[in-house]
Amino acid sequence: MASVTVAKLLKRFGQTEVLKGVSLSIPEGAFAVLVGPSGCGKSTLLRLLAGLEIADQGTIHFGSRDVTRLEPRDRDISMVFQSYALYPHLTVRENLAFGLKLRKTPAADIAKAVAEASKMLGLDALLDRLPRALSGGQRQRVAMGRAIVRRSSLFLFDEPLSNLDAALRAEVRVEIRKLHDRLGTTSVYVTHDQVEAMTLADVLFVLNKGVVEQSGPPLEIFSRPATRFVAGFLGSPAMNFFDAHLERKDEGFQAVAKDGFTMPVHPDRFAGELTAGREVSVGVRPHDIHVTPGGAPFQVSIVEALGAESYAHGTIAGSPFVARVEASTPVKKNDRLEISFAEMHLFDKQTGVSLRAP
Amino acid sequence: MTREPDQPSLLESIGAHVVLILAVIFALYPVLWVIALAFSGSRPPVAEMVPLPHDATLAHFQEVVSTTKATPDGSIWLFARQLVNSLVVSIATAAVGIIIAVPTAYALARFKFLGKERGVRALLATQMFPTVASLIPLYLLLDRLHLLDSRTGLVVCYAATSVPFAIFQLRAAFEAIPVDLEEAAMVDGATRFEAFLRVVLPAARPAIAVTALFAFMSAYNEFILAATLLSKAEMFTLPIVLQSYINQYDTRNDLFAAGAILVSVPVMALFYVAQRHLVAGLTAGGVKG
Repeated sequence: MASVTVAKLLKRFGQTEVLKGVSLSIPEGAFAVLVGPSGCGKSTLLRLLAGLEIADQGTIHFGSRDVTRLEPRDRDISMVFQSYALYPHLTVRENLAFGLKLRKTPAADIAKAVAEASKMLGLDALLDRLPRALSGGQRQRVAMGRAIVRRSSLFLFDEPLSNLDAALRAEVRVEIRKLHDRLGTTSVYVTHDQVEAMTLADVLFVLNKGVVEQSGPPLEIFSRPATRFVAGFLGSPAMNFFDAHLERKDEGFQAVAKDGFTMPVHPDRFAGELTAGREVSVGVRPHDIHVTPGGAPFQVSIVEALGAESYAHGTIAGSPFVARVEASTPVKKNDRLEISFAEMHLFDKQTGVSLRAP
Repeated sequence: MTREPDQPSLLESIGAHVVLILAVIFALYPVLWVIALAFSGSRPPVAEMVPLPHDATLAHFQEVVSTTKATPDGSIWLFARQLVNSLVVSIATAAVGIIIAVPTAYALARFKFLGKERGVRALLATQMFPTVASLIPLYLLLDRLHLLDSRTGLVVCYAATSVPFAIFQLRAAFEAIPVDLEEAAMVDGATRFEAFLRVVLPAARPAIAVTALFAFMSAYNEFILAATLLSKAEMFTLPIVLQSYINQYDTRNDLFAAGAILVSVPVMALFYVAQRHLVAGLTAGGVKG
């Protein structure tokens, strides 16, 4: 096991700067998730950790070991690839044993390690099959087995669930978490799926355009997003945004939307830079609304009924808006509701930085 | 009876079979003539609809196989010598072609380097000249190198012509192998070379087998170069032997036909053995992971 410390990592592909000075640290034994939209640099960062790419600048340490320029085989890592990358000409058993054989592990130890991993992942019945005779879920498990069989000090996962169907994905997600709780190996997991990110991570890193926008425990990031990007990226359906400006009201401030309705701004919850006339982006999660008389006018254009709850799509202050309503609340197309916000986020309109007090 | 959506209807099935049967007849009819001629005794078939052997005999085969040549060191069994020439030259051509083409194709498929595209274009350009165009230069070159009338000389020429094609074919095969596989091997503890040896090569085995077979066959069937560069009967390859039965003064269709069948046997055996590989090579692309 090892901690991971990345300092000012910079990586270019031709003219494109994919990582623009990424620094992060992952404590020993933690399950870290790198999440972000495609092109944010998360996979490149993982490949740098694996040694499959070499950084242009910056350093990577595993524990106290500087691995920045080491070959993958010298880093003591395991990796699960998105495509699983099972060796097509080798049986499941040989796939699992491949790394140990390369390292000249004695045959008895290999057999023991393979048996252990195979038992842990329920691969016993598949050991003599070739990868082409396995289902997608089984291949995924073999790929995991190949990673854990060597007991490396760091596990890397590159979107390992993206080729599975939804039901299996949810199942394997739980299995991965269980496996981590059992082995305790430091893990770095790349995904663009925010549900995976939220549920798996001890520590979450949200990447955007080659930088870490925010890091921390997932629930903390979810409830206190530092930027408009992070706020919009985490949560499903995504946070709603609409434009407003600040006005003084009594001792404090209120936000005034384009169509004139106002929302009180609690001064102690937001940073000191509240000034009258400041342009802001108001963010409200679909789950943070109540249907109450006297709230903001909300014109419903379509309703998605999911059973336990419904999502009402419409507009507020000219911006598209999604509100979650209980299934028991009767909402239908073309209704005109009034809604209030249980929780509201304010972001600077230009920089996107949250105005929330730290 | 229910049928799967992608199963052809009876009518489609009949149509497909008619087309396939016609194609098979078209391909096999000349072969039928060769067989009839090879096995016929005194009266070979001349202009029949369905050629069948008359007075079936193995005499022509015997005659082809039992050719000898008297030399100062005694008599040599010519046919055996020529068969060995053909096999040695063809196997060596395939081996040399693969040994040169595999690393080249891999480099072209995986690495970026200066002059790569130009190199590929130059290789492609070599494919545009017919063999005949380089016949005289090749003759002069081999003469200088004292490689006329030698298997080595022939192998050098054949390998030179088969390598570019082999490179193109193998490059495509290597490109079709996911880079992930090598990367997984390197994370698992392999050096780049070990990853190539233990993961890429086995994964490319069907393509390599097909390429080798192709190089073997083109060398085995080659006539013009061999006829130009070889002049001693004991150095001949089989295509020249066949041709020698049909010359200006004497046309021995029966010997030619028997020889043609004998010459085909090794190739047919090879195809039979490699069959599994060939099919795997054609379908391997569908396997994920």
